[in-house]
This record gives sequence, structure tokens and C-alpha cells, in this order.
Amino acid sequence: MATVFRPRDAGEALEAVRWALAGTHALDVAGAGTKRGLGRPINGEYALDLSGLAGITLYEPEELVLSAQAGTPMAAIEAALVARHQMLAFEPPDLGPLLGQPANAGTIGGTLACNLAGPRRIKSGAARDHFLGVAAISGRAERFKSGGRVVKNVTGYDLCKLLAGSYGTLGVMTDVTVKVLPRPEKTRTVLLLGLDDATAVKALAAALNSPHEVSGAAHLPPAAARRSAVSYVSGAGRAVTAIRLEGPGPSVAYRCEKLRAELAVFGAVEELHSHNSTALWRELRDVARLVGESNRAVWRLSVPPMAGPGLVAALGRVLDVAAFYDWGGGLIWLAVAGAADGGAAAIRGALGDGHATLMRADPAVRAVVLVFQPQLPALAALSRRVKENFDPRGILNPGRMAAGV
Amino acid sequence: MEMPEPDRSVIARRREIAAALRDIVPGEGVITSEDELKAFECDGLMAYRQLPMIVVLPSTTEQVAAVLRYCHGAGVKVVPRGAGTGLSGGALPLADGVLLGLGKFNRILDIDFDNRCVVAQPGVTNLGITNAVAHAGFYYAPDPSSQIACTIGGNVAENSGGVHCLKYGLTANNVLGVELALMNGEIVRLGGKHLDAEGYDLLGVVTGSEGLLGVITEVTVRILKKPETARALLLGFPTNESASDCVAAVIAAGIIPGGMEMMDRPAIHAAEAFVKAGYPLDVEALLIVELDGPEVEVDLLIERVRAIAADKGAVTCRTSTSEAERLSFWAGRKAAFPAVGRISPDYMCMDGTIPRKQLARVLQRTTELSTKHGLRVANVFHAGDGNLHPLILFDANKPGELESAEAFGVDILRLCVEVGGVLTGEHGVGVEKRDLMPVMFDEDDLKQQQRLKCAFDPDALLNPGKVFPILHRCAELGRLHVRGGQTPFPDLPRF
Repeated sequence: MATVFRPRDAGEALEAVRWALAGTHALDVAGAGTKRGLGRPINGEYALDLSGLAGITLYEPEELVLSAQAGTPMAAIEAALVARHQMLAFEPPDLGPLLGQPANAGTIGGTLACNLAGPRRIKSGAARDHFLGVAAISGRAERFKSGGRVVKNVTGYDLCKLLAGSYGTLGVMTDVTVKVLPRPEKTRTVLLLGLDDATAVKALAAALNSPHEVSGAAHLPPAAARRSAVSYVSGAGRAVTAIRLEGPGPSVAYRCEKLRAELAVFGAVEELHSHNSTALWRELRDVARLVGESNRAVWRLSVPPMAGPGLVAALGRVLDVAAFYDWGGGLIWLAVAGAADGGAAAIRGALGDGHATLMRADPAVRAVVLVFQPQLPALAALSRRVKENFDPRGILNPGRMAAGV
Repeated sequence: MEMPEPDRSVIARRREIAAALRDIVPGEGVITSEDELKAFECDGLMAYRQLPMIVVLPSTTEQVAAVLRYCHGAGVKVVPRGAGTGLSGGALPLADGVLLGLGKFNRILDIDFDNRCVVAQPGVTNLGITNAVAHAGFYYAPDPSSQIACTIGGNVAENSGGVHCLKYGLTANNVLGVELALMNGEIVRLGGKHLDAEGYDLLGVVTGSEGLLGVITEVTVRILKKPETARALLLGFPTNESASDCVAAVIAAGIIPGGMEMMDRPAIHAAEAFVKAGYPLDVEALLIVELDGPEVEVDLLIERVRAIAADKGAVTCRTSTSEAERLSFWAGRKAAFPAVGRISPDYMCMDGTIPRKQLARVLQRTTELSTKHGLRVANVFHAGDGNLHPLILFDANKPGELESAEAFGVDILRLCVEVGGVLTGEHGVGVEKRDLMPVMFDEDDLKQQQRLKCAFDPDALLNPGKVFPILHRCAELGRLHVRGGQTPFPDLPRF
């Protein structure tokens, strides 16, 4: 069991990093640790638990900005935003249950460090697009900050984007500032039933290529649809393709009507309202329920949207796979059974433009399989040089993303 | 503002360097005659000029990589340049440097409607991308005011904004991928037609890196379907405070307009005199609020904004009822810079961002500073995102006025930082705001930023003298100072 340092403020976090640097001790850096099962296992002797750095330090709804200590629970941030009819527009997923952890337990720092985003990614961007400012501690045990608290800022390099998705390997974030946006007044979901994957993605493209400001575009093949807790979806008995519209009531009603008419060529068109609509997009966002049996390895593939169905079909010929699609076909959640490497060789072999990340698998598999997409030599070397310039002795989550990173 | 001392030994090798570059880029792609070099001596920040040692205009990625590889080996500095419309001097040449122009990279490579993206060479203009997809009802959202001339590669380098970025984001939020040539001649691809990075988000830091990390040789951007309608409100207010309150109240009401622009009295008068847009002349502040989307939504939000404006004391409220009228509301705003150019021999355009609620306070202080420096100022803002463009009026032919204008500009930017804002919202640091960086960042902040550069360009050959006030050598930045080593906070429970 690792020795855990649980600093109460940024000063103590700095002390912990300084100590680790002096003795070249690897630190397993985490917020609540709900996503520790994502990435390569570190097996460090020492852990830096940032959950003690908690609390919203600034929230100005009319400025669309919120600052918090990095260990602040997402639940606390969500509660503050809901009270003012606002949201984190990138729709952060709660991957706790997917990774065998409790639901609703993550922190804002962990969310940003993994740069995750939900179905609204296609319209509103990922966590990195909403990350305005940061204070962090480098592996050199030096504090640095980047960005600010305003939405439009090009002063110096945007290190927020670099830290988003760095899985704690470049710096220990202590304070973060994010952009927040108004919560939509109304939400409706248009459903198409019984489409095969390729036709469904064409339908999603038609919706996304309309002027109707689609904020979610997903496709559940029959097996995935059956797992939904929304009875209308699970009871459909066939594939369900879902398109979400959000905004002021009259606007949503109008766009819904237009879209239904435009998509009529794809067959029967239905609608989900309020509660059912919210529940479906939450399932799509959090993945766990729709992806199936917990003993399957789970992959997240990001590809050009139109390439999705062909890739899944090709993989289905060589692996036991179950899949569903988000982001108009560009995001594939793939559950693989019965492959010793979790399907890594076949998946990476079939992939063209895009990348595949092993999101859930036994530690033994994650220790030997490249969890993150391997990079070409020049890019891999550049990434290593970035790591060395932030963490020269490799004390921050070393090897979490790849050997040497 | 001082540039690094030119390296005489490099200048002495000019003939040999030009010959080597001609081997890589044959024909007219290497420029050495003073007459022709003159065309490249400055960018949009025309107060600073410098003839480059040599200009090279490659036409393939391989040539760019070979030029960089050669310069890297020969220890020659390189300054990349798009169309040269930048306003912060990011493309200011160096006396001992090669200026690498991307003007020949002017082709659109792929229009992919199904995947909603366009792949373009970096020298394609911003508007050129929209023009290429407009026939199908699509457009590229970021719209800097120089969009007719500025290039997409330059937009990525500067993370350019525009009127519509409040709702649709900056360049960084609309770029999917780039091909990048590194200073050592290696070529890397970051992103593509898919979303998000597979490892570190290097695309995110290259965007807005002002040509200091690599040379962009290809860009993939996302395109959007045009909204069905757009309508604008023209709102006049008796005070800057009431206009600022209106901006805050619109956002607080959950409305994110397609654009929300503000002009103060001097800017209104200059614009009206120039383009006769029909602006009211008896108000202190003017807001243009544009709503876009389906007609039913636009009509609804127009009414909401109108009610908010009335509540905040608007004395003029006009709503566009035709496309021609909407464009007429914008005509004055879009012509604000040349309009100010008509009433003053010279002007200097500043670019800070502040928290919106500080608008009135910053305007008040700017008026006081105007008196202190004895120079007039006209203000136009992207009010929705708090991005200010004060235009300082001066006459460069009057001794001391340029210096006064610069001092006035520095005071404004310091003020922006003081109230919680930043030095630049969309124009970049370049050479213009380089020496002000310590107002916003301490030494450790700046050193860590430069360490990122060390990963891309350890010999600091790419666009040196820009962005960072003090250039540290990477060897020095890499040195570790390990202190302490005691167990941290031993009084804490450890498990």
C-alpha cells in the first residue's frame, strides 16, 4: 500500500513535490482517484492525494467563469452551477462506474487532467476548450500559472490545453478556472429506429449538416439499445439513433419539427422529451450501462465520423466486439471479449486517421498493452521532450501515459 | 523595444546561406535584393521595421522542412510569416534571420462535407475557406476583421478571434489538426479529421504560439452550417455604465449572442462621419447585439434583449428588419478603424481583455489617462467577451507623440491586468507586448513557458525576440535546483 500525502493547501502540495524531487520518488498524483484505473498502472510507493484542496474560490455567473481548487468535487461544482441555471458545456462524463468506482465522486482537477467530454463535445468542445486558467506545480517543484479568468486570452502559451489530457504527468494542478455557460431551457431528442450502423451515421451526418444546432448525435445498435434504462429505448427491440436539440422552448419545437421532416427518408421518427431525454444522454455520457458486461475490455476510438461504421464492421470480423457510437459516429465505445491483449493489435491495425485508448482492462493487460495510441517516432520524441522539460526526474505519474511519459 | 543583437558572423555568411537556400528552393523562391526585401520589412504593426537578411518562399512541406533543417544546422534564425497582417509584430523580420514566407501554400486540399471539415494549406485566406464552402451553406466561424487578407496558418499561429467568437469560439476551438515542421526539420501531424489528441494536446499549445514552436504547413478546420437567420439590435445608452450593465444582464439572462459589440462616443462619431450608418449621435455608448439561429428563436431573443435594454435605460432601440438593415448596423462598427484613421494622422490599436463587469470602470480610467497623456482615445470593444480595442489617436510627426501614445497604451494594458484581465485577447504578444509580460506572469511562469519552447526548439532559432522579454538558454532553464528533502508536513496523517 502506498504512502499517501494529503496536502491541505497548495503550499503543502509544493512541499510534497519538493520532497519527492529531492529523493527522486515517483508520486501517484490523483484527485479522488476514481479514474486511477485509466492509463498504465504506476505502482508508486507514494501517492499525492489532492482531494484536500477543495472549494470553489470564485463563481461569477454573469461573467461565465468559475474558479476552484483542483480537488473540488464535481458534485459541488455541479450543484453551484445548477442553482444559477448554468453548466459545464463540455458535459463531463462520470466514468467512476465504468472503472469500478463509485458514481459522482470525481474532482474538477481529475476531469480536466483527463480532458474528457460528453456528447455535447461536437457542438461545445472538450474540457480543454473550457479551461481558462491554471496554477500548478511542475516536477521541478516550482509553481507556475497560465491563462487567466477571462474567456478571450492569447497572452503566452496556453498551458491549460497542455495540462488538459496530461493525466497528471506534467504538473500537479492546484487551482483551476473554467468557462461556464447557460443551461439550455429545453431539451428534446429525435429518435430513428432500426437503422444499421452505416445508415445511422449517414442520418447523423444529415442532422449535423443541417442548421439546427444539434448538440448530441449517437447511435445504439440493438444490443446496446436493449441495455438502456429508458424503457422506450430498450423496448424498441431494434437499433436506436438519437439526435439532441437544446435551446429556448419555441426554438427546440421548431427545429425538432424541421429535423423530423428532413430525416423522414430514414424511416420512422420518434421523440423523447424531458426526463427520458435527460436519462438517455446521461447513459451515453457515462458509458458504463450501455457498454455491457464488466469483464470486457473497453476502448474509446476517436475517428473521422464517416469512418466509424466501417471500422467497427472490420473489427467485428476478427474480434468479439460490441459497440455504440457518439459524436455523430466519430466516437466509438467498443467492448471486446476474449482477446489476451484486449484487442489492441487488431484495433490499432485497422485504425486509419484517429486514435484508440484502452479505457478499461485488468491492470495486467494495461501494464503490457499500450493504453494510449502509439505515436510516430518524431511525435513520440517531442512528447518525451515536453515531459522532460516539465518533470525532468520523472516523479509525476511516470509512465502513466507511455514509457518515459 | 529592443530586438536581440544581430549576430555579425551570421550576416557575414549571407551569400553562402542564400546559395544553400537556393539549392533547396530553386528559382525565384529566394530573395536577397534590398528592393524586394522591403516588401517584408514589417507586418501589421508598422511602427517597427527591419529588413530581413534573406526571404525564402518555399512551395512544399519538404522544402519547408529542408530550409528549417539547414538553418538549424547552420545556426541561422528563422521568422515564419503568413500574410503579414498581424498587429503585434509577430512576423517582424530579424537582421540576421531568414524570413520564411508561406504565401505559396495557397491551395485548399480537401473539402469534406460529410465529416464537416476543410483541409487547407496555411497560406489560404480565412475568407477563402468560407468562400470554398459557401455554395453548400457552410462557413468557417472565426472571423478576424482582416479576414479578406489574413491566412489560416497565421490565424492558428495567433489563435485569432473575431466578432463571432463569443458564441462560436476562437481559432483554437475550431482547428482540428495541423501538420507542423519543427526547427530540426522533422514533420509531425497533430490531430486530423477526428477529435482530441491521443497524447499531450500539442495542437492546443501550437495554436497561439506565435510562430515560436514550429512552422505550420497544413491546417484542418471544422466548418459549420450557416444559421437560418441573423438579426441585429442597435441600442444607444446615455452612459457607458448603462451600456455595460446591459451587456452583463444579457449574459446573466442566459443569452449568448452571435456578436455583442460596443462603441463609445468618439468611435460612434468617427464611424458615422465616415460611413453614414445612421448611428444616433446623442448617446454616450452604442451596442450592436446580433442574434442568429432559426427565425422563431431569433425573434424570441430579440424581444428579450430589447426588454433588458429598456430596463437598463436604452434611449435608442432599433431592430433590423432586413438583411440590408442588419448590414448597415454593422457597417459603422466594421469601418471603425479606418474611420478613426480619418480623424487622426495616426492611431494605435490596443487589445486587452477584462472581466465584463469592469467595463465602466476601465472606460472611466481610460478617460482619465487620456487627459494625463494629452491624447484622444476612441473605444470599440467585443463587449460580450470583454475584449477591448482602445484606439489611441496621435501624430507621429509631432515630436514625442509616438512615445506618449505608447506610454498611454502601456497604462491601459496594466489597468486591464489590474482589474483581473489580460494583456492581449486576440492580437498576440509579439514584440508589442513582450516587455509587459512580467506584469501578468512572474519569473517562474515565464521560465516554464520557455521550457515548452525548449522541447520544440532547444537552440531558440525560431522567431526569437518575440513573446518573451528575457531569453534564457535551454541549458540554463533545464538546470535543477533541488532544495530540502525533508519529509513533507510530518504532522499530517500518512496511510
